[in-house]
Amino acid sequence: MWQGFQIAPDQASTIAQGVDYLYYFLTAIDLFFTAIIFLAIFYFALRYRRRSEQDQPQQIEGSLPLEIAWTLIPLGLVVVVFLWGTSLFIRNSRPPTASTEIFVVGKQWMWKLQHPEGVEEINELHVPVNRPIKLTMTSEDVVHDFSVPAFRIKKDVVPGMYTTEWFQATKTGSFHLYCDQYCGTNHSLMKGEVIVMEPTEYEQWLSGGIRGGTMAQAGAQLYDQLACITCHGTGKGPSLTGLFGQPVKLNDGTTVLADEAYIRESVLYPSAKIVQGYKPIMPTFKGQVTEEQLLQLIAYIKSLSPQEGKASK
Amino acid sequence: MATTPVDVDIDTRVHYLNAHYGFKSWLLTTDHKRIAILYLVSITLFFLVGGIAAVLIRLHLIEPNGAIFEPGTYNKLFSMHGIIMVFLFLIPSIPAVFGNFLVPMMIGARDLAFPRINLLSWYIYMVGGVLILYAVIWGGVDTGWTFYTPLSTTYLNTNVLSAALGVFVAGFSSILTGLNFVVTIHKMRAPGMTWFRMPLFLWAIYATSLIQILGTPVVAITLVLVALERLFHVGVFDPAVGGDPILFQHLFWFYSHPAVYIMILPSMGVVSELITCFAKKRIFGYSFVAFSSVAIAVVSFLVWGHHMFVSGQSIYAGIIFSALSFVVAIPSAIKVFNWTATLYKGSVSYQAPMLYALGFIGLFTMGGLTGLFLATLAVDTHVHDTYFVVGHFHYIMVGGAMMGYLGALHFWWPKITGRLYPDGWARLAAAIIFVGFNLTFFPQYMLGYLGMPRRYAIYPPEFQVLNVMSSAGASILALGYAIPLVYFIWSMRYGPVAGPNPWGAKGLEWETPSPPPTENFEQTPVVTEEAYAYGAKEA
Amino acid sequence: MTDSQAASALAHQFEDLGQQHEAASLGMWVFLATEVMFFGGLFAGYTIYRNLLPAGFAAGSHMLNVTIGAINTAVLIASSLTMALAVRAAQIGKRNALLTFLILTMLLGLTFIILKLTLEWRHDYLEGLAPGLNFTYAGPNPKSVELFFCFYFTMTGVHALHMVVGVGVLAFLWVQAWRGRYGPDRFNPVEGAGLYWHFVDIIWIFLFPLLYLIGGRY
Repeated sequence: MWQGFQIAPDQASTIAQGVDYLYYFLTAIDLFFTAIIFLAIFYFALRYRRRSEQDQPQQIEGSLPLEIAWTLIPLGLVVVVFLWGTSLFIRNSRPPTASTEIFVVGKQWMWKLQHPEGVEEINELHVPVNRPIKLTMTSEDVVHDFSVPAFRIKKDVVPGMYTTEWFQATKTGSFHLYCDQYCGTNHSLMKGEVIVMEPTEYEQWLSGGIRGGTMAQAGAQLYDQLACITCHGTGKGPSLTGLFGQPVKLNDGTTVLADEAYIRESVLYPSAKIVQGYKPIMPTFKGQVTEEQLLQLIAYIKSLSPQEGKASK
Repeated sequence: MATTPVDVDIDTRVHYLNAHYGFKSWLLTTDHKRIAILYLVSITLFFLVGGIAAVLIRLHLIEPNGAIFEPGTYNKLFSMHGIIMVFLFLIPSIPAVFGNFLVPMMIGARDLAFPRINLLSWYIYMVGGVLILYAVIWGGVDTGWTFYTPLSTTYLNTNVLSAALGVFVAGFSSILTGLNFVVTIHKMRAPGMTWFRMPLFLWAIYATSLIQILGTPVVAITLVLVALERLFHVGVFDPAVGGDPILFQHLFWFYSHPAVYIMILPSMGVVSELITCFAKKRIFGYSFVAFSSVAIAVVSFLVWGHHMFVSGQSIYAGIIFSALSFVVAIPSAIKVFNWTATLYKGSVSYQAPMLYALGFIGLFTMGGLTGLFLATLAVDTHVHDTYFVVGHFHYIMVGGAMMGYLGALHFWWPKITGRLYPDGWARLAAAIIFVGFNLTFFPQYMLGYLGMPRRYAIYPPEFQVLNVMSSAGASILALGYAIPLVYFIWSMRYGPVAGPNPWGAKGLEWETPSPPPTENFEQTPVVTEEAYAYGAKEA
Repeated sequence: MTDSQAASALAHQFEDLGQQHEAASLGMWVFLATEVMFFGGLFAGYTIYRNLLPAGFAAGSHMLNVTIGAINTAVLIASSLTMALAVRAAQIGKRNALLTFLILTMLLGLTFIILKLTLEWRHDYLEGLAPGLNFTYAGPNPKSVELFFCFYFTMTGVHALHMVVGVGVLAFLWVQAWRGRYGPDRFNPVEGAGLYWHFVDIIWIFLFPLLYLIGGRY
């Protein structure tokens, strides 16, 4: 903001300015109250300094109106801040429905990113500007955190589950990406860059990088290799066509949503949830598929549904 | 100045320090005052170790690529700093030293309810402390003080088990101390000492003890589960074998959030004592300050999820925890306003204890308000696990709790030792600490908002200027801490005799000689006036 | 008790025996509150996983021996009875009754521990159900079942540890009672130990249905 001396990182996403405004408001409150307390202390300490040992100060017990005032005014202020912050947070947590999905796998000490078109990156994420991007993330080992200060986004990346965050970049350029949950020896080296490009440049970059097929195609290959069709194509197991995003009735009477987490659990821990009307005969594929391959399978299964990307939180 | 040296030859008078001599009389003592001294010495030693780690950290961070250590070693240093400072310094500090020394005296009792459990508490603390020191020095621990899983259970081969065990053991010291205080305050107040005539320090200690009793067992069992997972690979928190890493975070923070109030509430109690004495006025709004301590203790158990806004917990949980986190800020604000109002129309003097109290109020206000940033969901997303958080908690813990501790030390030193220290040097040290502190930690707020993550051994070069400022401040702060060490030790031999009440303060502890006799009071006092009865009530 | 015995029963920090008694009682209640929180962490974790992994936990629970568990429950309830009678005996100064009931309580406690160790834990170990040591389970959801047994052994183990400490405390009390240290003027320690013993019993009353009786099998 001043010549080269920054208070905040670049505002490079749609939500950054909103977060910064709230931050400046909070800073103003903090400095204001700190100032009045400091000033009051200075003033009282000087004005009422001890002039002799025989001083007999007036013993004031208190004042109910004052107590009420300085309880309710701060309460009112924090309610304002709470409502403002919460509404921003809720808005910032809901990715737009037409987001491009990118899949992130964190592991000690690197980031692996997969584009649905099949391009894989390490420690770098190329994205087009002005398009909403939704990240679905998991970890292979410990808890990491995918943080891009310029976008004001941050989310833990947890082993055994998927977490998501989204952003829409508003400027091109290269922005720091950090791991922000201490994850062991090289935690501070688990860094990267998010490279935002103009849409045409991005398409060029994307087509230049595709060697194999899309994620969904890779998933289809895995589906063949692992012979899933043996059950899921013959009625021994539930059909996967049109499954993603739909509710599924289980044999204990409960209903779950067929989202990414459900697919992942079904592949790794098949006996955890049994679809009604089927027997618990699915073997586990734990140890046979990596987290990236799981994401490819999920992409394939999504492609068997007419509407994709609706189910994830 | 109300320091008229009394012509009493304290070498011939019998008091708690000279009533018995020899190691056994100290190591097997059940006198709460001697136990307080045992804690004072051991806490100071642990503080020095944790402080050395801090100095090394700040020296290392002068260079973006790390000036001194490999990342693995740096990770061990910040873990060591955190574990020692939190569990061996901040949590015991005021309760174990000043609580132990003063609780019986302030309520007019001869000792705590359970003196032998008090001594046991110190021994348990020492065992825990030695285990932790062993873990961090011989081989090191690199989990951070937060032991997040599955990193700590499955992915590290450092001294995690002994560190967890050390914290587990030290926790029982905290529980027993809290238990002792609760029973003592409930059952052993002198005749006439009603709840609302107690000094506010006792209200603060009482509230702190409630947290110690109810919160510490939860982290104890959590660490047992971590230990079992390390030993038997059972997977309570490891998803690879069916567990949930976020469950660890819930269980850990269920204690560790209230724990930060264990660290700050006693300091707030101290500030109430100092402000009233050095303004010669009763506290403004006594019952509000008293109830706010208890309110903080209760609400503190309801906000732990604000450490986990980005952990993957549900949005709804985040919203509830955020709302409650704002609520818990209000009682603290009430205290700050009441302390400031106590100065109004007072008779204010500026000896060192008062400087620490005033410093506390200012710095706690600023640091506490940064807590609001962290309670705000949308802002926390950006600053979580950055240096903003580091700045926030150091403002509260060092600018707040530590200043309260030093204020207490300077205020009650004459009572504990019977000696005065040179006030000029004390005020100078307080000023140096204030300046050094702000220079060290204010830049960290800025680093955090700019995005510098915490626990980073290596950082991008654009953060260097602020890091160097912070490290420069740390060297000034270290100097400020060194000075009291010198004059306190000097005072024990050469300081002028203090007399029973060098500050002209109100309170039962000031109505006995300095140092006090072993039984505290010749006769059980009978209390007829309010706390802080510095003059007639206003008509 | 003689006057001098009464006088020596009063600790120096207290004004009178009444205050000492009240302080000791409150101390024990506060301590029990900490124990509730200690076990509470385990109960919370168990409840959460029970909800997340119902099939595995039910399968694990079915492998526990309800009969032994029920016998142990009866044993502990009986021991609480004898403990309460011991406290009563101390209050009214009946030394022999006190000694007898303390012994009975200790024996019942030891019975509990021995049944658990020999008939349950040893059996589980031989069946290959000890997590981390030799856990082998061929059925579905092996990891959930292992997690169940992890909680089972931890919760019953921590409970058993508390029982062992309790038996030790009772043994100490027995020696003191034999020396005539307790009577209507001084029975705090017995009362306090009684509170502790009842608490350990109550923990078991919760553990038994939570661990043994889930999933419905009748």
